[in-house]
Order: sequence, then C-alpha cells, then structure tokens
Amino acid sequence: MSESLPTPEQIDALYKRLDEEAEAGGYHLNPDREMTRRLVEGLLANQARYGYQACPCRLADGDKEADLDIICPCDYRDPDLDEHGACYCSLYVSEAIVKGEHKVRPVPERRPDDPAQRRQALKPVQAEPGAGVPVWRCRVCGYLCARDNPPGVCPICKAKRERFEQMRLTVVLSA
Amino acid sequence: MNTTHVPGTRSNRQVFLFALSTCGWCRRTREFLEANGVEYTYIYVDLLKGDERKEALDEMRKWTPRQAFPTIIVGEEVLVGLDEDKLRGALGL
Ligand code: SF4
Repeated sequence: MSESLPTPEQIDALYKRLDEEAEAGGYHLNPDREMTRRLVEGLLANQARYGYQACPCRLADGDKEADLDIICPCDYRDPDLDEHGACYCSLYVSEAIVKGEHKVRPVPERRPDDPAQRRQALKPVQAEPGAGVPVWRCRVCGYLCARDNPPGVCPICKAKRERFEQMRLTVVLSA
Repeated sequence: MNTTHVPGTRSNRQVFLFALSTCGWCRRTREFLEANGVEYTYIYVDLLKGDERKEALDEMRKWTPRQAFPTIIVGEEVLVGLDEDKLRGALGL
C-alpha cells in the first residue's frame, strides 16, 4: 500500500491542537513526548488512509460505520482512563501519570471482538429503576453528563471529580 | 504471508511479531527487540488488504483469541501488549 507520510509540521500542528483541546477539557496527553508524537503520526496516517482518525493501536476496518467506536477519542477512552489511568494507546493519561505517581502499563483491550456488541449502549434498554446510564451533576457549575462515572475534571469549570454528585435520574439511551 | 525478517545476534528463540505500522507500542517493541539484538520476523497487519489481511488474522487467531497489537510470539509463548519485564523473561534476557 503506498502512503504519503505525514510531515513533521503536520505532526507538530496536530500534537499542539490535541494538547490544547485535552487540557481545555480536563484531559492530558501522555508526557512521554516521543510516544505521543508517534501516536499523533499514526492518527495522521490513518486520516490519510481512511479519511478519519482511527485509533492508531487498533486495526481499523476502513468502513467508517464499523470504525465509529474507534475514531479518536474512542468510546473506550474514559472507562480506560478510569480503570487503568491511560487510554488503550496511552495517548491520553491520568493526572497521576502526568505527575509521575504511576507508570503507564499495558491496557487490556476492552473493545468487544464481536462488532454487534460494540455499540450495545445505544440499544434500547428496559426503563426500570436502576437501568440506563447515571447522570452526574457538577455542583460548582451545574454541568450535567450521563456516563458510568463522573469525569476527572469538569470540562466546563474544571472542578474536580469529587465535586460531582449523582442525580436521582438516569438516562435511557435508545438507538 | 508478507513478513519482514530482521537479523540479530540472538536467535535461540523464534520470535514473531504481529504489529500495526501506526501503533506506538508496536514501534517500541521493535526497538526493544533490536536494541537487544534479537532476531525476529514481523508483519504490519494494517498494511495488508483483503485475503492477505485475512490470512494474517487467521494465523494470529491460532495463537490468541483477542485481536490486539502488538502480539509477540516467543517460541510457544504468546505475549499481548508490550510488557518489557515479561518480554525479557520470555526471551531469557
Ligand atoms: S485508545 Fe487513545 S489514541 Fe486510541 S482512539 Fe482511543 S483515545 Fe484515541
């Protein structure tokens, strides 16, 4: 397969943009700059190859619909940050890793092998008490999000995770 | 399969690497092997298309049910992901 490699300028530009966006949203890029630069290069290579920035550490199908869950940032980033302190590729890492309190360890693949299971969360679920996705409220600014756990930092006002409360409300997603 | 062989001074164990050309950990695995003079063979599965890709994935499935990269085969041992300590152990370094 012939490919044009991304130029150093393109890599630097995307690196800078992703870094700014991450910090603005309460996320952090991996401080291992060599690794991060390679991953950014991989994103650009996939952009050129597939037309979208598929995850550099996963085998993309090339069909956008089939790859939607692994377009960076992927559906699995936040659960992996919660559980392992890094996304699968380690492009995004937790604050503890940025501070050097933990090291990046290999993150096991959480993406289901079976394509039918990948977007399960979008299938209709029974609207019984406790079903669905919990809703979290930032007590500082009122930002609401529906996900398994609150974000590490409020993307709006930057309040820390512990400032979030779970609301007596769940969201039932349907396809 | 369209594999690439990398010669090295350490060739007591057969080492095969299933990798992606875009993946930072796959790159680091190759550097680790080369820094330690390990002779190995690799394949970049993302650069394969159609039947070639299927053939490589079928081969990979013989070793591990999960499709994850890098998958490193050292002799009969299968390592998924780069864990340098485990890899060192498997290679007898
Ligand atoms: S694992 Fe990390 S780099 Fe890969 S798509 Fe997810 S967020 Fe992006």
